[in-house]
Amino acid sequence: MNLQNILHEIEQVDTDVVDRLDHMSRRHMFSSLVKKAVVAGSAAAPVVLASLLNKTYGQSSVVAEVLNFALTLEYLEAEYYNVSLATPGFLNGEARVTFAQIAKHENAHVALLKGALGSAAVAKPKFDLTYGGAYPDTFSNYRTFLTQASGFEDVGVRAYKGQAPRLMSAPDVLTIALQIHSVEALHAAKVRYLAGLQGWINLSPPGLPYAEEDKVSQGGVNLVAATGYSAALVSQAFDEPLTKDQILAIVKPYFA
Amino acid sequence: MEKLPNTTDVSQLLTGKESAALGRRIFLRYIGATAAAGVVLSACQNQIVDPAARGAARAGDVINLGDIGYDDAGVLNYAYALEQLEAAFYVQVMMTPFAGMNGYERQALSEIRDHEIIHRELFKAALGSAAIPGLTPNFSAINFNSRASVLGTARVFESVGVSAYNGAGRLLKSADYLTLAGKIVSVEARHVSIISELLNPMTTSFAGDDIVDPMTALGQARKPSEVLPLVQPFIQEKINGKDQPQ
Repeated sequence: MNLQNILHEIEQVDTDVVDRLDHMSRRHMFSSLVKKAVVAGSAAAPVVLASLLNKTYGQSSVVAEVLNFALTLEYLEAEYYNVSLATPGFLNGEARVTFAQIAKHENAHVALLKGALGSAAVAKPKFDLTYGGAYPDTFSNYRTFLTQASGFEDVGVRAYKGQAPRLMSAPDVLTIALQIHSVEALHAAKVRYLAGLQGWINLSPPGLPYAEEDKVSQGGVNLVAATGYSAALVSQAFDEPLTKDQILAIVKPYFA
Repeated sequence: MEKLPNTTDVSQLLTGKESAALGRRIFLRYIGATAAAGVVLSACQNQIVDPAARGAARAGDVINLGDIGYDDAGVLNYAYALEQLEAAFYVQVMMTPFAGMNGYERQALSEIRDHEIIHRELFKAALGSAAIPGLTPNFSAINFNSRASVLGTARVFESVGVSAYNGAGRLLKSADYLTLAGKIVSVEARHVSIISELLNPMTTSFAGDDIVDPMTALGQARKPSEVLPLVQPFIQEKINGKDQPQ
């Protein structure tokens, strides 16, 4: 399934999302999973649920679109780690401990987003985990596996960050998205550590089709000038967002 | 890393208040009077305050953040306070490294220090005349000679920082500031991960069940009213701030 098609479908589904969610609300939204999510969030459970169901979706289909975009990426991450853990003898020791914890989180993110979207949730796509044939040894070569895992996590961080402003009209959803975003960053640093890299991104990684990480000015302040630190150190101190289109261009080969 | 600032470079980068703190520390070390610190400090306070520290707060001052979220400046000042605390902590960590700090730890912790200083300077510059004064840390509960104390404290500071940013995102009115906060919080989360790895290697601590809900896989989010009591013990000034009614 083509990701662009999925996103197109989401837009079509959006028109009746309010009705669907109203209908599904009692059954889906009060599932224990979402209750837990809400308790972990900063707002009281009923406020979050009301917001997710009525206020938010009623006001804007953008929120459902953002959550389905996130769900699509979480499906991909979860699939990747689930396959790696299920491949006999592939991940052992520290790698197994690490990726079992990460897989637990990605599967929980999938469940959380599916629960929040109810019947509006996109279906799980079919994946090509060789990235269109570029990585045929993903689940037999640990280095190949780590490279892609690191890419997934850093891309996940950039994707949630890029979508955050689009959730400002739905503060409870925004908070939950930020709570996922920071978890992806925890994963990203550990995977980079396993790959022998610094936990943070130093200037722009080679081979990626954007150079945003080279920025030395933030909020209108040139921080090399303001602090005397190198551009490398300044770049490490900030993670840059990517737009949905930029993310889709990167992950597209994973969709069969 | 291109640049590993030596002590002189660092003190030049600090705000006046930290220069004062560093000066005090060097002074104490020089005269070997650590045991009598309280007495020496009160006796010498006037001499050690750098003229550049004008605008810095003093222990006992009250810093009023008001209803955090009433406007974006309040939220930025809240973040500025937290970044000041983190920066001051790592400056101290690298001034007095714990016994046996290895090369990897030295590089990671000095880079983290630099990130926090850069964050702090960003907020200071962005806030301009609206910025709260420089704060005075109180690290008396931390044993900087102890690896476990330093890394354990670092993990708490970073985790609280992440939860503070996660909780404050909804308070911002400007999309640009929300994005900016997002650029910072994920780096703070990277710090949590690496510090956790140093503290509890080869475990799930990097994204442990204590900081990520094991059922929902959501990271922590705290309101300002939940964060301020956690950091107040490490700041000599009294920080007042309330949650903006939603």
